[in-house]
Formats: sequence, C-alpha cells, structure tokens
Amino acid sequence: MSDVLTATGNVKLKGLRKVYGDFAAVQNLDLEIPQGSFFALLGPSGCGKTTTLRMIAGLDEPTSGQVMIGETDITHTKSFQRPVNTVFQNYALFPHMDIFENVAFGLRRRGQKDIDKSVTDALELVQLGHLAKRKPGQMSGGQQQRIALARAIVNRPQVLLLDEPLGALDLKLRRQMQLELKRIQLEVGLTFVHVTHDQEEAMTMADTIAVMNNGVIEQLGAPTDLYENPQTAFVANFLGQSNLFRATIDSVDADNIVASDKDGRYLLSRKRIAAGTDLTVGSKLLVGIRPEKISVSTHDQLSGEFNHQTGTVRDASFFGVSTQYVIDTASGDHWMAFEQNSGGTVISAGTKVFATWKPEHAFGLPGSEDVLAGDAVASEFETTGS
Amino acid sequence: MAFAHALGDSSTSSGAPTTKAKRKLTPYLLLLPGGLWLGIFFVIPIFILFMTALQTPLPDGLPGQYIQTFTFSNFTEVLSRPQFLDALRRSFTYASLATLLALAIGYPLAYAIAFKAGKYKNIMLIMVIAPFFVSFILRTIAWRQILGDEGPVLDVMRFIGLASETTSVYPSSFSVVAGLAYNFLPFMTLPIYSSLERMDVRLIEASGDLYAHGLTTFRKVTLPISLPGVVAGTLLTWIPSAGDYINASLLGNQRTTMIGNVIDSRFLGNVDYPTAAVLSFTLMLSILILVSLYVRRTGTDELV
Ligand SMILES: Nc1ncnc2c1ncn2[C@@H]1O[C@H](COP(=O)(O)OP(=O)(O)OP(=O)(O)O)[C@@H](O)[C@H]1O
Ligand SMILES: [Mg+2]
Repeated sequence: MSDVLTATGNVKLKGLRKVYGDFAAVQNLDLEIPQGSFFALLGPSGCGKTTTLRMIAGLDEPTSGQVMIGETDITHTKSFQRPVNTVFQNYALFPHMDIFENVAFGLRRRGQKDIDKSVTDALELVQLGHLAKRKPGQMSGGQQQRIALARAIVNRPQVLLLDEPLGALDLKLRRQMQLELKRIQLEVGLTFVHVTHDQEEAMTMADTIAVMNNGVIEQLGAPTDLYENPQTAFVANFLGQSNLFRATIDSVDADNIVASDKDGRYLLSRKRIAAGTDLTVGSKLLVGIRPEKISVSTHDQLSGEFNHQTGTVRDASFFGVSTQYVIDTASGDHWMAFEQNSGGTVISAGTKVFATWKPEHAFGLPGSEDVLAGDAVASEFETTGS
Repeated sequence: MAFAHALGDSSTSSGAPTTKAKRKLTPYLLLLPGGLWLGIFFVIPIFILFMTALQTPLPDGLPGQYIQTFTFSNFTEVLSRPQFLDALRRSFTYASLATLLALAIGYPLAYAIAFKAGKYKNIMLIMVIAPFFVSFILRTIAWRQILGDEGPVLDVMRFIGLASETTSVYPSSFSVVAGLAYNFLPFMTLPIYSSLERMDVRLIEASGDLYAHGLTTFRKVTLPISLPGVVAGTLLTWIPSAGDYINASLLGNQRTTMIGNVIDSRFLGNVDYPTAAVLSFTLMLSILILVSLYVRRTGTDELV
C-alpha cells in the first residue's frame, strides 16, 4: 500500500460513475489529466464537480469505474493512502487546533521533519503568517479559505484538488492567489484539478478545461479551443456567450457551407463545424456567433449577400472599452453584441441596425442541439415558466 | 437624514435617564426568578446545614436535641474518625471506577448512535433513556437478580470458565460499581452523543485526506472535538455517584459503605444531625474542589 502514496503519473478516470439512489451524479466519466497540468472543471451548480473530486480524493467510493494515478489503480484505497490533497469547498478546518496546527496536520501525519519552516512558508504564501496562533473560528471566511489552501498545498501532493478555493476572496486577493497557485503548480510540477465558477479564472489559469453538465463532460480542451470551437450548444452558451440560431443547409463544398433561414443566407467555414454535425443538404444546423465578433451599424457594411441580420437595438450599455448591445432580430431572437470603442458613437435604443460578421467568425453545431442549453438566464426563464 | 438624526438625538437625550435605568435593570429582573429559587432552595439550606454542623447535643436532652454552639471541633473530630474517612475515600473510588466504566461503555455507544445508527438513531436514543421510565430502586434491585449467584452473569462466567461454583459477585464492591455505572450511563452517553452529533463529519474526511488513518483521526480530531461532551458526561456521572447511597445499600455489604450511606444512617438512624451535616458539608466541598481541579485540567474553556 505504501507504493500508492508515492504513485506518480497522469490521473486517469475510467468509466467512473457515482449513483445516489436512482440519480446518477456522475456518469461514465473517462478522463486523463496529464501529470503536472492545470486542469479546470467548469459547470453549473450540481453537475457533479465535487462528486468527481471526492472520488479522486477517496472520500466517495465510485459506483463503478476506476481511478488511477499513472499505472497504480487507487480506486479501492483509502483517502489517507493517496498522494492527493483537497481544498474543501466548505474549508473543513479543525476548530480545536490553531492555524499553525491545522496547516501542520498533514506533515505531522507523514512524520515530516522541519515542519516549522514549511508551515511558516505556506502561511506566508497565503499572507496569513501573522495569524498562526488563532483558531479557525476567529477568522473571516476568506481567511479560512486561504488556510484551507495552505493546509493542502503545504503537503506538495502529487495531485491537488481545489474545490472553488478562491470563491470567498475579493477580486484583488483572488488575482494574487491565482498567480501564486499558478507559480506553485509550475514550480513544483503538481497536478491541479481546479473547480471554479469563475470562467475567467479557468481560462487564464488552466491548460485544459473540461465543461461538465449533468454528470457528463460536454467538452474538454484548451481554453481557446473550447471558446472558439464549442461542440455543443451548452458549451457555447455556458463558456462565454453565444448568439445561436437555426438554419437549413443549402450547399456544401470542400471548404464552405451555405445555410439559410427566412431572414438571410449564411456562409460558414467547414473547419468550424462541430464534429458529428449532419452536413447533408437540407438538414438543420445551428449557427453561432460570439458577441464580440458581431459588428453593429446603422447601414449595411458588408453589403454582401451573406451573414447579416437586421434588428432593432433594445438596449445599449456603454462600458468604456466597449459597448454592449442587445438586439431584437427580425426573427425575434435577442442577440448580444460587443462593439469595441473605436471612437464611434453609441447607437441608441430603438434604432434599426444591421448586425454583420465575417464567415470565419461563425461556428456550426448540430441542428438537434437545444439553442438555450446552458444559457443561464434563458434556462432560468424556462424552468420558472414551466 | 438630518431629520432622523435630530429625532434620534432628542430621544436619547431627553428619554435617556429612564431608558438607561430600565436597560440596566432588565438583566437583574430576568435573574430574579432563578435567583429567588437558588436563594430559597440552595443558599438558605446550605446555611442551615452549616449551622447544624456547628451544633452540640443539648445537655441532659433527648437524642436528637441539639443547641447552636458554633463548635468547629465537630469538624476535626468527625474527620479524624477512620470509619468516616474510609467511607469518603470509598465513595470517590467507586464513583471514579463507575465513571470510567460508564465512559468505556457510553463513548462507543454515543459514537455508534451519532455516526453509525442511520435510521435507527432515534430508536437507539430512546433505548438509552428508556430505563428512566422504571423506578431507580426497581432497576437497582433488578441488578441483584442479574448479578446474583443464580443470575445470568455468573452463569455465563462459569460457562466460559471465568468463575468457579463458589464465586460470587453480589454483594460486593464490584456490584456497587456496576450498579452506579449502569444507573448513570445515560448521563454519560447523552452529552457525548450531543457533542459528536454536532461535529461536522467533513472534518473526519479532511483528516483522512491529510494522511491520518482511522485511529489517528479519532485521537486527533474526533476525541478532542467531543471532549466537552466527555467532560460534561463524566461530571454528570461522577458527582451523583459520589453522593449516591442506593446502589451501595441495595448491591453492597458492610464493607462497601459509601459516604451517602453513612450520612443516611447518621441522620435518620442515629439522629446525629451535626455529624451528618459535617459529612455532607465535607462531601460537597471535596466534590467542589475535585471537580474544579478536573475542569481546569481538561481546559474545556479552551475548546471551540
Ligand atoms: N450524498 C448525496 N446523496 C444524494 N445526492 C447527492 C449527494 N451528494 C451529491 N448529490 C447530488 O449529486 C449532484 C452533484 O453534486 P455535486 O456536489 O458534485 O455538485 P457540484 O457540481 O459540486 O455543485 P456546486 O457547484 O454547487 O458545488 C447534485 O445534484 C447533488 O444533489
Ligand atoms: Mg461542489
């Protein structure tokens, strides 16, 4: 069993499943997290992120499937045997020990020498060295969260699981901690599995992002890849925002696809069509455009036959660097468009506008996808409406 | 805003004396019922007890007639009698043994109810309290049967070869301690249960996550966190055990006399009120001292 504690390599989840009663919290997860990488797990509340981490940590026994580190199968080992530490979503600090002892806990259990220095360093890292003698009950939520971080990271485990470790911190402190985390991860070469609700955090820190929904991973990839080429409507809506609408394929050639609906014709690059999309002429396709790729003007700029929608500005919000428009399109959708502030004037609400985009800026998804999937606001309306 | 400010100012300045006075009085008014209770049923009786301890027999009086003489020699005289000192020492020894026994049984029981009982939790809790529905005396007498020469305990012990035909466990110091432990077990179990129940189980997970195996987790996390319950339980067991006389009189013999029995017989049998009062007072004082030493040692105020 001692070899488990020293196991190294990629974290592999094979067909991992966790069922509570007749509810599958995690369904057949197959995942390989490369050693030393920063892996972010994104997804709406209740999608199974914590459950996944708990199975990696050994706190929950999977209903079926395997957890491996390198070639070592750790599925049936106890949590204390695994070279894995967790920053708990609810901190779980020991209330009867002072901060120093909390952080020293893991080191003491492994009989480490020179505990003082390691603990002091870890506390300095989270900027709480001066509070070493306090009890957790005497600290603020954000301070407790940082202690939880220090308590896990001080052990320098093979795999560090972080369950929203920075959620309670203010923006400035959060950015600082992000930098520190990234530094440690690169310096020591630890594998980080990071659960967060902060998309920006995931995008800037992670090598790989997995977007999870209803217990399955919808898509996995590098942040840019995920953003530019979402494979499902859920990912397109959940990660950033997307304007999605349904069109029918008119023609397909080696490089391009032409699709149309009653409002116009749309040219798409084949490279940007999601895998598995049915490309036969006459079938449905979801066309997606990110808000910042849309240009809004009062006259038709491209004046071509492709890629424009007419609409009316419903709302314009000026943010300084950009202006955010909500546009009611002719077909009755609400579109989002971000216009860089390049000196132009803000178009006021009620104005009739043209929304245009370049062919290479649109992506295509299978027509069977639900346009509203993963759209926080829209799906909220849906559920309250029903 | 300015209006509200002015309004606030005026109310505090003009109405200040009465509201302030009222505010100061409130806590005392709240304390009044409890204070009266304590005064009438605790302070005054203690005072009377103390005065009784300082009485001497009425010259040429009947047995049971005493006069107030403020003689402190009662204390020195009574406390130099080995018979009384032995009973006192025995009381504390039995109470301590019974407390340890109750702890050894009560802690695992409380742990099982808090963490392992699942849907049987409430049933198990009721079973812990159920004996209270039967009279204290009856329950204790039942132990005579259980521990008696023909009882099930000896039967089993004989069967597995732990006892011979002539061994007997009742009446003995063992049966007294067993009776005490049994009778006060709920007082041990419930506080421990409540402190375990309140504990966040995720702390156990966190401990495991930080390389502590089961036993270490228990020693370093579960036990320290439940310590307030253990302290409360041991006190609730030890204090009434030390003053108890039912168990010793029903399950014991001449050589297991506890201080409670002595006080009982002095007071009701010999109508020797001053001696009984001296013993009661001594018992109370010793308990007070031992308990405060114990509480200070376990440092409960340091916890959580
Ligand atoms: N012990 C349990 N018994 C039954 N259902 C559970 C249990 N633990 C979790 N679940 C369910 O499993 C699902 C996934 O839970 P999980 O804690 O993994 O969500 P999450 O993705 O971490 O959400 P959040 O972002 O809100 O923390 C939820 O629907 C939850 O209700
Ligand atoms: Mg969670």
